[in-house]
Amino acid sequence: MLELKNLYDDFRDSKTIKALSLEIEKEAKKLNRNINIMEVCGGHTHTIMKYGLPQILPQNINFIHGPGCPVCIMPKERIDHAYILSMQKNVILVTLGDMIRVPGSKGSLQSARRKGADVRFVYSPLETVQIAKDNPNKIVIFFAIGFETTTPMTVALLETSINQNISNILFHINHVTVPEVMAELIDGREKNQIDAFLGPSHVSVIAGSQIYEQFPLKYNRPVVVAGFEPVDVMEGVLHIIKQFNENRCELEVQYKRVVTREGNLKAQELINRYFEKREFFKWRGLGNMPKSAWKLRDEFSQFDAEVVFQDILPNKEIDDHKLCICGEILRGMAKPNECTIFGTACTPNSPVGSCMVSSEGACSAYYQYGQFQ
Amino acid sequence: MCLSIPSKVKKIDKERNIAIVETFGVEREASLDLMAEDEVKVGDYVLLHIGFIMSKIDEKSALESIETYKEILEKMDKEERQKTILEDDNCPNRDC
Ligand code: SF4
Repeated sequence: MLELKNLYDDFRDSKTIKALSLEIEKEAKKLNRNINIMEVCGGHTHTIMKYGLPQILPQNINFIHGPGCPVCIMPKERIDHAYILSMQKNVILVTLGDMIRVPGSKGSLQSARRKGADVRFVYSPLETVQIAKDNPNKIVIFFAIGFETTTPMTVALLETSINQNISNILFHINHVTVPEVMAELIDGREKNQIDAFLGPSHVSVIAGSQIYEQFPLKYNRPVVVAGFEPVDVMEGVLHIIKQFNENRCELEVQYKRVVTREGNLKAQELINRYFEKREFFKWRGLGNMPKSAWKLRDEFSQFDAEVVFQDILPNKEIDDHKLCICGEILRGMAKPNECTIFGTACTPNSPVGSCMVSSEGACSAYYQYGQFQ
Repeated sequence: MCLSIPSKVKKIDKERNIAIVETFGVEREASLDLMAEDEVKVGDYVLLHIGFIMSKIDEKSALESIETYKEILEKMDKEERQKTILEDDNCPNRDC
């Protein structure tokens, strides 16, 4: 009998991948054109490179690697905030592991730690509760990053600390949202060549597939929400090509096993209770994007590290490294191997730009899996 | 950051609002804070992310996908078999 436990073998099965690639080849032959598919999410970029999917896809199907890596889009200004906060006396800065090596203008959190800062990397935001209880005389600042996927977890931490009367946890909120940046990428000043989107998996688990309904309707771009396994990605690509062949432009969900139209309503309700949208948020490489990030509502400003520490947190803009083309990569206008210092001055061990830092970043995925096509 | 391995719910601790889940034989705790009350039950498959259960996995839909893949595979096997026969039929070395 089929059992879900073994599911992951099925979704990674090389024979199935091959079978899907043959189907794709057939469909792609009927297209009289090239199709550029942007996989918005860094998790997809990782799968695509790890399993060498570009090599088994027909020539006329091309992936554009999108901005969906939370660490990669974090601007230096925000990393500097984390750095400065971590250097304060009696502060413990807590964040998720991916942030450790991202360079800001003053250095990374790793280098702050070497200088004596108490920076801790946790697997789950909830670990912050124990850290705060163990250190009642210190201020514990949770530096919150991530897309829709991780936003409700930060809110759950806030709610827990309110319910348990823990008063020494503050939040520095850097949660960003996906649809606004997708719209900007096809509607923005610099046109790129996106014909269709592979919709992020886990963002949609929380926010629902509804957030993409505008793209086929308003922007004439198909969206297929696909899971993270290679078979999911291949099936997603097949759905997209079929839409073109059949003259359809729709929102489809390949990842039905966890994605619904509405998403996780409880999580959404939590977010809206504590957070509101910022007017603008600067995305690394992409610049200011309207309504693309959250902040704490005014009622909760006593928990907001940006408010409590406003006197020491600069808001001057900082430029990225001259040679780094992360911005173009994140906009889908260049591939990592087009960067002149890719793999030489910039490697995962000493990343110059943020796309090289996280395994979800396009440069790091290209470096790791060596597919510099 | 994004793991998508399904975990199976073993136990639920209502007081702490957590579930004990098993992922590939490893047991761990996961918060139920993002799930509606009584939404998750023992025996359910769930998706975990940074210590939280973020959704249930719809077993029926997952198994349906796998069924579809099996069909595609069978179809491919058939086509491959036919191709092999055809290649064999057209084999220029038939005489040797
Ligand atoms: S290789 Fe390094 S410097 Fe070049 S674009 Fe990527 S992250 Fe930036």
